[in-house]
Amino acid sequence: MTSVDLSTTIGNAWFPNPIFTASGCASSGRELAQFFPLNDLGGVVTKSVMSKARTGRPTPRMAETPSGMLNSIGLQGPGIDAFIAKDIPYLIEQKARIIVSIAGETVEEYSTLARKLRSVSGISAIEVNISCPNVENRGMVFACDPDASRRVIDGVRRTIGGELPIIAKLSPDVTDLVSIARGVVDAGADALALINTVLGMVINLDTMRPHLGGKTGGLSGPAIRPIAVRAIYQVHEAMPKVPILGMGGVSNGRDALEMIAAGASGVSIGTASFGNPMALISVAQELKDLLNAKGFTSLRDAIGFAHRIERPQ
Amino acid sequence: MALINKNAAQISAALVSNKRVGQYHQLIINIGDLAQLCKPGNFVAISVGGETSGMVLRRAFAISRVSTSTTFGGTMELIVAPHGQGSRWLCAQPEGATLNLVVPLGTAFGIPTEPVQVLLVGGGYGSAPLFGLAETLNARGCRVDMLLGASTAGKIYAPMEGKRAVNSLRIYTEDGSMGQMGRVTDPIASLIKDMDIAVIYSCGPMAMLSAINAITSQSDVIHQCAVEESMACGIGICMTCVLPVADETGAVSMLRSCIDGPVMDGAYVQWDKVGQVL
Repeated sequence: MTSVDLSTTIGNAWFPNPIFTASGCASSGRELAQFFPLNDLGGVVTKSVMSKARTGRPTPRMAETPSGMLNSIGLQGPGIDAFIAKDIPYLIEQKARIIVSIAGETVEEYSTLARKLRSVSGISAIEVNISCPNVENRGMVFACDPDASRRVIDGVRRTIGGELPIIAKLSPDVTDLVSIARGVVDAGADALALINTVLGMVINLDTMRPHLGGKTGGLSGPAIRPIAVRAIYQVHEAMPKVPILGMGGVSNGRDALEMIAAGASGVSIGTASFGNPMALISVAQELKDLLNAKGFTSLRDAIGFAHRIERPQ
Repeated sequence: MALINKNAAQISAALVSNKRVGQYHQLIINIGDLAQLCKPGNFVAISVGGETSGMVLRRAFAISRVSTSTTFGGTMELIVAPHGQGSRWLCAQPEGATLNLVVPLGTAFGIPTEPVQVLLVGGGYGSAPLFGLAETLNARGCRVDMLLGASTAGKIYAPMEGKRAVNSLRIYTEDGSMGQMGRVTDPIASLIKDMDIAVIYSCGPMAMLSAINAITSQSDVIHQCAVEESMACGIGICMTCVLPVADETGAVSMLRSCIDGPVMDGAYVQWDKVGQVL
C-alpha cells in the first residue's frame, strides 16, 4: 500500500494527522490515554476551561436521542490555574500536541484566559469556544451575536499576540453562519471550528418535564453530521483559505472524508469516543485507507474537493 | 490519576448463555483472562443495537460475578432488566452472539482486611453484584448477612446458589408478595444496634442508598455504596454521571460515578445535593 501524507496545518501549527479530540469529549486526555497513546492523534483539544473552577449543571446531564445524544454539562472544570498546573504538563509528558479550548462569560474573561496561556509553552493553538450553548446565561452566547463574537476574538488576539493560532468555535444555531465566520476572521481568528452542538430538548414523559437538569442541552452525534457538513461547505466556499476544524457526528473514516471534502483541514471526534474509546484511532486508519483507495497521495489534495468544478471520476 | 481504569480493555466477546430469571436475564459472557481482573463492584460497558443502530452510547451493567475456571475460560455474569431499548436488545441476543465490551471499569468494593461482620443491602436487581461480593467476603472470613428489597416479588433477584455465601438472607417487598412487607431499610437501624456490623455494602436505587446513609451516619458503620447516575461513556470523558462528593477537608466537588465510582464511601456523598447545582 502506498503511503498517504496525512499531515495538516491549522494556521502556523503543523499536525502529523488530521484527527483531533473534540473539546469536552476527552477531558484533558488522561482517560483516553488508557486506550491509546495520545501522541497518535493529530492533537488533543482540551475541554473548554474557564477562569475559575466550575461545578456545572445539575444531573441528569444527558439523554440519548436517535443517532445522537443531548448533553448539558455546563462547562464543569478545574479553572485555568489548575489546568495549566496539572493538565498541560501531563499532555506535554505524553508528547501530545495540544489545542487549549477556552470559554468565558465576558469578553474580559476570554482575554484573561489568553493572558494566562500566553506564557505557557507546548501549546499548538487556542480554540476560543464562543458557542457553548450550555452556560447558564443563555443571553451570553457570543457566537449568535456577530458583534460580540468579533469582540471576543479581537480581545484574545490582542492579548495573545501574533504567534499562537486562534481557532474560533462557532455555533450552527444562527441565521447567517458565513457572516459570523467572516467577522471572527476579520477580528483575527486564524481558523474556525465547525460545529458546536445544536441546541435541543427532551421531555421526560414520566415526569412530564424537561429531562435534563439544565432543561436544554447540546445535540451531538451522527444526527447532526449533515448540519456540520453543510456548515463547513458554506464557510469554505466563502473563505477557502481559512482552515476549518470540522466536527459533528463523525464516527468513521467515511464521515471524516466527507468533512474534508466539504472543506475541513482537520476533523474532531467527540460523541463517537463515548461509544467507542478507540474511535479516534479507527477513524484515522479508515481515513488513510479511504484516501489511498481513492488515489489521494496527500490529505491536502482532498481538502475542499467537493467544491471543485470538475467532478471526480 | 495515572491509573484510571488501568485494567480496562475493549474486546469482542461471546455470549455464552442467556437465561430468563424472573423479570431479569442472566447473561454469561466469555471474557477470557480479563475475568481475573474484575472485582466486585466493577462494571462493564456494552455496545447495543448492532452496527447500524441509532443507539450511539454503551450501556453500563454491574458485573454480578466472574468465574475463572469454566469450560469457556473466564466468564462474567450480568443480571439485566430488559427495560429500555438497549437492554431489551441485549436480552434478545442469542447464545453465541458477539458483544463489544469495555471491561472492567470503575471502582470496586473495599474488602476488609479483618474478618468482620458485614451487612449487604440490595434493591431490585441491584442485589446482583452483592452475591459475588458475598463470596469474596465469605472467603475473607467475614460474617455476611443480606437484606434484599423490591416493590414486588418478581423484582427480587436472589439465586439459590448465591445464598450459600451468606449467613442469613431477609427479603422485603413493599406489597408483601415475598418475604416481609416493608422496605429493605426498615430493619437496618436495629441490626446495627444488635449486631457488631462494621461495614454495610449497598447497591440499588439512589433513594435506597440515601436512606441507608441517613442511618449509618448516626453510627460508626462504614457505608460502601454503588451509586447510579446515567452515564454516556463509562470511561470518564463525558462528565454526565457526576454527583456531589466531599473530600477529607469538606470541599465538595462533582465526581464522576464511572471513575470515582460506582463504589463510593457513602459518608462523603452529599445525598441532599444530588441532582442540584452546587
